[in-house]
Amino acid sequence: MLELITFSTLNGLLYGMLLFMMASGLTLIFSMMGVLNFAHASFYMLGAYFGFEISRRIGFWPGFVVAPLLVGAVGALVERYGLRRVHRYGHVAELLFTFGLAFVLEELVNMFWGKLPVDYRVPPSLDFVAFRLFDTTYPAYRMFMLLVAVAMFAFLIAVLTRSRVGLIIQAALTHPDMVAMLGHNVPRIFMLVFGVGAALAGLAGVIAGPALVTQPSMAALLGPILFVVIVVGGLGSLAGAFVASLLIGLVQTFAVAINVSLADVVGAEAAARLGDLGTVTVAQIAPVIPYLLLVLVLIFRPKGLMGTRET
Amino acid sequence: MRSLVIAASLALGAAAAFGASLAQADNLKIGYIDPLSGGGASVGEVGLKHFQFLADEINAKGGVNGQQIEIVPFDGKTNPQESLIQAQKAIDQGIRFITQGNGSSVAGALLDFVAKYNDRNPGKEVLYFNYAAVDPVLTNDKCSFWHFRWDANSDIKMAALTNFLKQRPAVKKIYLINQDYSFGQSVRTQARAMLKEKRPDIEIVGDELHPLLKITDFSPYIAKIKASGADTVITGNWGQDIALLLKAAADAGLQTDFYTYYAGGAGGPTAIKQTGLSDRVFDIVEGNANDAPASAQKTEQEFRDKYGVTLWYPRAVNEMRMFAKAANEAKSNDPKAVAAKLEDMKVEGFDGGEIVMRKDDHQLFQDMFVRSFGPLKPGQKFDEEKTGWGWTTQGRVAGKDTLLPTTCKMERP
Amino acid sequence: MSEGAILSWRSWAPWVALALALVLLPRLLSSGSSLTMMSLMGIMIIFALSYNMLLGQTGMLSFGHAVYYGLAGFVAIHAMNAIAQNKWAIPLPVIPLIGGLAGLAFGILFGSVSTRRGGTVFAMITLGVGELVASSSLILRSFFGGESGITANRTKLMPLFGYKFGPQIEIYYLIAGWAFIAILAMYAITRTPFGRMCNAVRENPERAEFIGYSTQTVRFIAFCLAGFFAGIAGALAAINFEIMNALSLGAAQSGTVLLMAFIGGIGLFWGPILGAILVTFLQVTLSDLTGAWMLYFGLLFILVVMFAPGGIAGWLALHGPALRSGRLGRLLPAYALAAVPLAMAAAGAILIVELAHHMLVKASSDGSLVHVFFTTLDGASPWPWLAALALLGVGAALTRLAWGPVRSAWAAVHAASAPVDGPAEAAVVPPAAQGVLPT
Repeated sequence: MLELITFSTLNGLLYGMLLFMMASGLTLIFSMMGVLNFAHASFYMLGAYFGFEISRRIGFWPGFVVAPLLVGAVGALVERYGLRRVHRYGHVAELLFTFGLAFVLEELVNMFWGKLPVDYRVPPSLDFVAFRLFDTTYPAYRMFMLLVAVAMFAFLIAVLTRSRVGLIIQAALTHPDMVAMLGHNVPRIFMLVFGVGAALAGLAGVIAGPALVTQPSMAALLGPILFVVIVVGGLGSLAGAFVASLLIGLVQTFAVAINVSLADVVGAEAAARLGDLGTVTVAQIAPVIPYLLLVLVLIFRPKGLMGTRET
Repeated sequence: MRSLVIAASLALGAAAAFGASLAQADNLKIGYIDPLSGGGASVGEVGLKHFQFLADEINAKGGVNGQQIEIVPFDGKTNPQESLIQAQKAIDQGIRFITQGNGSSVAGALLDFVAKYNDRNPGKEVLYFNYAAVDPVLTNDKCSFWHFRWDANSDIKMAALTNFLKQRPAVKKIYLINQDYSFGQSVRTQARAMLKEKRPDIEIVGDELHPLLKITDFSPYIAKIKASGADTVITGNWGQDIALLLKAAADAGLQTDFYTYYAGGAGGPTAIKQTGLSDRVFDIVEGNANDAPASAQKTEQEFRDKYGVTLWYPRAVNEMRMFAKAANEAKSNDPKAVAAKLEDMKVEGFDGGEIVMRKDDHQLFQDMFVRSFGPLKPGQKFDEEKTGWGWTTQGRVAGKDTLLPTTCKMERP
Repeated sequence: MSEGAILSWRSWAPWVALALALVLLPRLLSSGSSLTMMSLMGIMIIFALSYNMLLGQTGMLSFGHAVYYGLAGFVAIHAMNAIAQNKWAIPLPVIPLIGGLAGLAFGILFGSVSTRRGGTVFAMITLGVGELVASSSLILRSFFGGESGITANRTKLMPLFGYKFGPQIEIYYLIAGWAFIAILAMYAITRTPFGRMCNAVRENPERAEFIGYSTQTVRFIAFCLAGFFAGIAGALAAINFEIMNALSLGAAQSGTVLLMAFIGGIGLFWGPILGAILVTFLQVTLSDLTGAWMLYFGLLFILVVMFAPGGIAGWLALHGPALRSGRLGRLLPAYALAAVPLAMAAAGAILIVELAHHMLVKASSDGSLVHVFFTTLDGASPWPWLAALALLGVGAALTRLAWGPVRSAWAAVHAASAPVDGPAEAAVVPPAAQGVLPT
C-alpha cells in the first residue's frame, strides 16, 4: 500500500507538472491575447516528433535543445501569419483558426510519421533505475522529467517577476492599451509570448515523448484536459493553473488506484437500481473526472479556483 | 433568398449526381471496406494489400468461373455509419461480396445492414466476409446467414489460451487488465470463467478495466499489478493500449509474463523490442510464419518481397482461397450459391491443419498458436518490423479443441 | 423582404422551389448511392441549421452540439424498438418528433447549467459536457450499447398508408419532408421577435440587457430550440442508418457540424445548408479519390476562417447588390483573370500534398509512381516536386498581381450599385456576412 501511495504521488506530481508546462503557456497566451489556443497540445505533439526525429539522427540531447526552439519558431510564425490576420474578425474566429490548425497539424503528423507510435527512446545516459522501494523501481528518466519541469517553473517565475520583459508581459496582461501607449510593440510581444508558449509545450513534448508515447493522437488526448486545467485554475491565473495541474494530475492518478464502485458503498441491492452506474468503479471513470470537475467549477465558481475575472 | 434556395437545391442535385455509380467492368468485384484514411489507415492499407495479393494469386490461376477478381477499396473510416454509406456505394456499383475486418462495431453494423438489405432486395443478395472482427456476438445471438467469419472470435481465442495455460503449472497468480468496452469485457469474463474451469488453482489477483485509448501513462496500473504479486498478466489490449502497457511495465521493472491478443499488431513488435521483454510477451493467433509449412513460408516471403510488410492475416488467405474454391465448386458467382458451398467446407489451412467453416454459425475453426516474441532463434527466417526479433511457437491448440457451442439460430433463406 | 411582404408570392416562391426540388431530385438521381447521399445531406442540413441557431444567430460557440443529435438518436432507436416490440400504433414518421422532444429535454437539462454565461465560458462548458457524455456513453452500456451501439429495424413499425419504409426512396421522402418542415420552422424563428433578440444578444449583450431582456433566458431558449432541431436530425439519422453508436455524439461529430456551418457561412440563414451539402459530399466522395482528404478538409477550413470568414454563403451574398443592379458582368473579367493563377496555385498545392502523401504513406509498398490529375508521376524524382512548387509559387505571385484588378472592379461595381441596396435587405444580411464575426 505504501509503495502504491508513494509511486502514485510521484506519478501524479509528474503528470501534473507536465500539464503545467503546457497550461502555463496556454494561460499566458489567453491572458494576453484572449485566444484560447486549441492547437496548444499540437505544439506539444510537434515537440515530441521533432525531438524524435532529431534524436534519431543526431541524439537525444541536441533534440532536447533544438526541438523546443523549432516548435517555438513554428508558433511564432503561426501567430505572425495566421492569428494576426484573423485577429480582426474577433476571438471566435481566432479560436476557430486554432481549431483548424490542430486538425491540420494532426493530419500532417499522420502523414509524415504514420499513425503508429514511433520508437522514441530514453537516452542511454538516463536509462537506469533511480531508486527502488520494496521491489518497485522508479526510472531515472522520470526523475529527470520532474527536474526539468520544476526548473522550467522556477525559470518562468524568475523571468516574469525579475526581468524587464516579464514586467512588460505582466503589464500587458492587465493593461494592453497602456503598454502600447508606453511605446512597446504589443504585436511583437504577442508573437513572442505565443512563440515562447509553443516552445514550452514543445519542451514538454520532447521530454514526455520517450516516457509516455509519441503518436498522432497524443494532442487530441491531452488538449481537452489542458482546457480543464486552465479553466479550473481560473482563466489567466498562472498560480491557478499550477494548482489545477497538480490537482488534476494527482486526482487522475489516484482515481486509477481506487476500485470502489457505488455497489460497494450503498450495497449491491440499492446499486442495482442504478443500472450500469452502480457497478462502475472509480478507476473506470478516472478519465471522466476532470470534465466533471470542469463542469462543476464552471457552475459554482466560474472564476475558477484562483481566477480574478469572469470571462 | 429565392435565388439562393434554388441555387442550394441545384447544388444538392449536382453534388449527389457525382456520387452516382460509374460504369462497370466485367470483373468479379469484392468491396473492401476498411479505414483508408485517418487513424486506422495504416492497418487498413495493409489489409488491402493482402486482398490484392490474393486476388492476383487467384487470377493467375484463371480466376473464378472464368471471371477475374478485382478488389475495390472503400474508406470506412472506422465509423459504422460511414461504413454503411460505403457499403451502399459498393452495392450500387454492382458489388455483391464485401469484406471488412477493423472494428467489431463496424462489423455489427455491416452484418445488420447486409441482412436487412438482402431481406428487402431478394435476388440481389450480398455476402459479407469478416476477416478480423472478433466480437463473439456476430456468430452467436446476432448471427446471419450472409456473414462468414474467418478469424477466431475472442471466446475461441480465450479457450485456446486457457487450454495452453493448463500445461503451464508455473502460472499461479493472474492479473486481468482490459479495455473498458465490449471486447475487453468479454475477454475478462471469459478468462474468469474458463480459468475457473480449467485451472481452478489459479488465483485472479486483479481485474482491471481501463478507458479505451485514453490512457497516456500506465504506470499507476503497473503499480497496482506489482502490488498484487501477479506472475502473469492477461490482456486483450490493442493499439496504443498494449504498447503503453508494456512500456510502463518495462519502466517499473515488472517481471511477469504477458498473454495478449494483439501484441503482434502494428507497432506492437517495436514496442516489445523497446521494453526488452524477451520471450515474455505471448500472443494467440491462427498462424506463425516461422514454423509454418514450406508453402506458407513461400507465400509469406513473396508477400514481404512485394510489399515490405508482414503477412498479418493468414485468415485472409484462407478466406480468399475458400471463396474461390466455393465459387468454382458451385459453378456460379452468385452469393447465395457461394454461401451454400462455404457452409461446412473443410480444407487444409494456410498454416497447416484442417480448417472448417461451421454451418451452424458461419464461424471458422482452425488450429491456434500461442507464440512468444524474442530475438530470432537459429533457423527462423522472419523478423517483425525490422527489429531482429521474431515469433516462436510455444504451443499449438488443435481446432477441434476450441469448438465452443453457439447460441446462433440461423435463419436460412 | 419586409414584414408586410410575407404573404406575397415573392416570399413563398423559394419555398415552393425548395419543395419541388426535394420532390423531383430522386427522379433525376435515382441510383442507390445518390439517394443515400441526399438522405444524409437532408439530415445534415437540419443538424447544421440547428447548430447555426447557436453560433450564427445567437453568437454561442458550442463544441458539443452532437450531444443532442446523438442522445436524441439513441432515444429514437430505443423508441423504435419499444414501439415494434409492443406493437403500438405509432408510425415511423412520428419518430423524428420523439427525437426532437428528446433533444429538447436534454437541451433543457444541460442548457440550464451551460447557458448561464456566454462567450468562452459557454464554449468550455459545452466542451466539458460533450466529453462527459461521450465518455459516459462507453460506461452506460444498457442505454448506449457499448461501442457497437444499438440497432433497430424500421420496417417493423406500423405501416403508414401501406408504406413500410424499407426502401431508401421512402426514407428519402421522409427525411425530405422533415427537412422541409424543419428548415421552414427555423427560418420562421429567425423572423420572430425572439429571433431578433437572439441577434441582439449576439451583437451586444449589454444593450440587450439594457432594453430589458435577460440574455441568459434568450440563450437558454435558443439552446433548447437548437437541441430540439438537432434531435430531429439525430432521430432521422437513427431511422436512416438503423443504428446508433457512441461515435455520433463524440467530439468528431461536434467538430463536423461546426465545420459545416462555418464553411457554408454562419452569417446567413442558408449558409449552413450549403455547408452541409458540400461537406457531406466531400466526406463521402473525397475519400475515394485521395487518402489525404482530411488534410484538405482542415486546410479548406483554415482558408475559410482566414480569407472568407463569412463562409461560402457570405462570399456569394457579397455579389447580391451587383446582381440586382445588373453589374455582375463587370466583375467577371477580373474574376476570370484571377481564377487562372488561383487554379494554378491550387493545382500546385494539391500536387504537393498528393506527392507527399504518396511518398510518405504508400511508397514503401506501392512504389513511387503517383497517379494524380489523370497522369502518372514519379515521386522519387525531383522534377514533379519542382514543377508543383513552381506552379504554387508562380500561381500565388500572379494571384497577388491579379488581385488589383479584382479589387478595382469591386470598387467600381460597389460604388455604382450601393444605392440599389435597400435597407430592408440589409437587415437580412447581418454583419457576419460582410466579414465581421460575432465575438
